[in-house]
Amino acid sequence: MSEMKTIHSLEELEELAEVLREEQKSKSRITVCTGVACSSLGSEELAKELSEESKNLENCEVKKVGCKGLCALGVLVEDDKNMYHSLKKDDAKNLLAMMEGTQESSEYILSKDIPFYSKQKKIVLENAGYIDPDSLDDYIAADGYKALFSAISDMERSEVIDEIKKSGLRGRGGGGYPTGLKWSTVEKAIGDQKYVICNADEGDPGAFMDRSVMEADPHRVIEGMAIAAYAVGANKGYLYIRAEYPLAVKRIKLAIKRAEKFGLLGENICGSGFSLKLDVRLGAGAFVCGEETALLSSIEGKRGTPTPRPPYPAESGLWGKPTLINNVETYANIAPIIRNGGDWYAKIGTESSKGTKVFALTGQIKNSGMIEVPMGITLEQIIFEIGGGMALGREFKAVQTGGPSGGCIPRDHLNLEVDYENLKSVGSMMGSGGMIVMDESSKMVEVAKFFMEFCMSESCGKCVPCRVGTVQMYEILKKISKKDGTRKDLALLEELCDVVRNTSLCGLGQSAPNPVVSTLRFFKEEYENLLVESRCHISISKEA
Amino acid sequence: MYVRPKPPSDDKRFKQLMREMKRHGYARNSLIEVLHSAQEAFGYLEDEVMKFVALSLQLPLSKVYGVATFYSFFTLKPQGKHTCVVCTGTACYIKGADRIMESIENEYGIKDGDTTEDDELSLLSARCFGSCNLAPMAIIDGEVAGYLDEDKTLKWLKGVLYV
Ligand SMILES: Cc1cc2nc3c(=O)[nH]c(=O)nc-3n(C[C@H](O)[C@H](O)[C@H](O)COP(=O)(O)O)c2cc1C
Repeated sequence: MSEMKTIHSLEELEELAEVLREEQKSKSRITVCTGVACSSLGSEELAKELSEESKNLENCEVKKVGCKGLCALGVLVEDDKNMYHSLKKDDAKNLLAMMEGTQESSEYILSKDIPFYSKQKKIVLENAGYIDPDSLDDYIAADGYKALFSAISDMERSEVIDEIKKSGLRGRGGGGYPTGLKWSTVEKAIGDQKYVICNADEGDPGAFMDRSVMEADPHRVIEGMAIAAYAVGANKGYLYIRAEYPLAVKRIKLAIKRAEKFGLLGENICGSGFSLKLDVRLGAGAFVCGEETALLSSIEGKRGTPTPRPPYPAESGLWGKPTLINNVETYANIAPIIRNGGDWYAKIGTESSKGTKVFALTGQIKNSGMIEVPMGITLEQIIFEIGGGMALGREFKAVQTGGPSGGCIPRDHLNLEVDYENLKSVGSMMGSGGMIVMDESSKMVEVAKFFMEFCMSESCGKCVPCRVGTVQMYEILKKISKKDGTRKDLALLEELCDVVRNTSLCGLGQSAPNPVVSTLRFFKEEYENLLVESRCHISISKEA
Repeated sequence: MYVRPKPPSDDKRFKQLMREMKRHGYARNSLIEVLHSAQEAFGYLEDEVMKFVALSLQLPLSKVYGVATFYSFFTLKPQGKHTCVVCTGTACYIKGADRIMESIENEYGIKDGDTTEDDELSLLSARCFGSCNLAPMAIIDGEVAGYLDEDKTLKWLKGVLYV
């Protein structure tokens, strides 16, 4: 890296990538997962020990990398041949012996043919777990910044947008708005100054996809933003990252600095006259700030309250200027689409939802971790093949998707093909990608109450239906769960769902009733069994 | 003419804060960034700090206060020597985060958001740390504590408190 200088053209970039790849080929590498789960199991110490112990081995390089996905079996380490699992921090010597074949290893080897890996399709996560997130070299060797430089040197702005439109990519932040269409609206908007923003607030509890992408492959997000900025005509951008993710913040900041240093960001990129300055803004623990208009207020240094749309940010966004807002994962899809073409991407997925989706698979499931699957895969395949089924040998009950705006999907719908429309049709939504699997021990009224408490506390208070409605719904749920609720309460709850959904100002309130509506739809008997009336009924029938 | 205020005391941390505000060009829209730095330096946002920030950025104090109280990451109360932040995200919730919270509340006689009288421990909760595979989890003095149960949590706390 030290000899590296500013890169002026696509040719220079490709040459450098070739040199770096040759260099890598001549070495064998051991990659140690330092994602959150593996780190907490001592992977940092293991990596350090491995570096020490392998010093004398010729051409061996130990690398700390981002999340390898199968968090349930950490610490994960991979060499050129095998993946090893369930390692502990002081396993360095043993592991090296296993790699040399002088020690029995079958117990520790994780076949890549297991469904957890073979059923996945990696586009966004293609580098995650293989490259050193802090190394620009590694990213460039993996074709990094090639898409940006080809876009700038060989494509008109409109051609870039056409390619994204062709790909069928839709926003991964939850709403699923067609990305190409959004870009062309911002491109067409009139303004001397335009902005690009990356929404990295990832507020849904139970979701950590954006975090993992930023921590494992930060340059990918930056490259996607830069291509977007070129396409829409912006020269300034912000990444709004939640403060709970200090490592992601650090990695992104470092990546920006490195990219600037080598002319991949900053002034006059690739000698084209196109410039882009990127900055990080920290969230401060307010869920509503993931909503785009609230996010804008927050970047402007104000309380994060939403404003009515229209005007949409595409026309009047940050400081009243046309602004493109996309999610982390949306941007992470851009470079591969430009490299391989929109048609390539559009071949993956379903009629209405193209490409792949990253999910955070958690809850009462065996293989908890982070996965990337093609749209159209069934819930059953995700939970029982990739996820390996239920932990603790209990029965599956429901899977929760879409965070506090989503719903609980029961067993009868396990054959549902995952895409934006299908998830909506069963009263849930894609959301940002949290998938929490629940077994028979989860009580659905409690789950609904949990999410309502969340929405109640996170309501910003600006509009009445959300501020007051969520409190009332929470109180009713509390009453029912304490077995004090009546039929009348239940009817009122249903009515409130309708009112809050239809009259709230922003998406938070509009979707806050969803967990209640969906549990009422699929698990109504659980509510009814708790009502005062049914309790009386039972006690009377007992006496009789 | 407007003159930038002098720091209320010669506490070095005010100097640091001034430098931070200068770096942002005293821009009003940098308020949240500045409050982040202030909290990092002082541990919490005391009145004096908020007043100083308001004067320096030429913002009404009400505005600074409004922002500081809107975002749950900011705290206006001093924290104890040790902090335990229990994750209450969905994955942790279904694996018993509420029981973890309760066990700490009972053991130390404090509620979520409180600090023990001897300033030893502050108990806080977080919406989600995105470490759902470690559920239920907490962050104790900056360290990730995963796969918790009531016993393990209390043991962990005993290991760091009053030592
Ligand atoms: C209450 C609420 C919270 C949201 N939180 C997030 C979030 O954490 N991350 C995100 O990318 N989008 C979030 N969104 C969606 C954004 O408003 C916006 O649609 C999205 O960032 C657009 O990017 P995309 O088109 O790439 O999905 C949220 C929306 C609402 C209503």
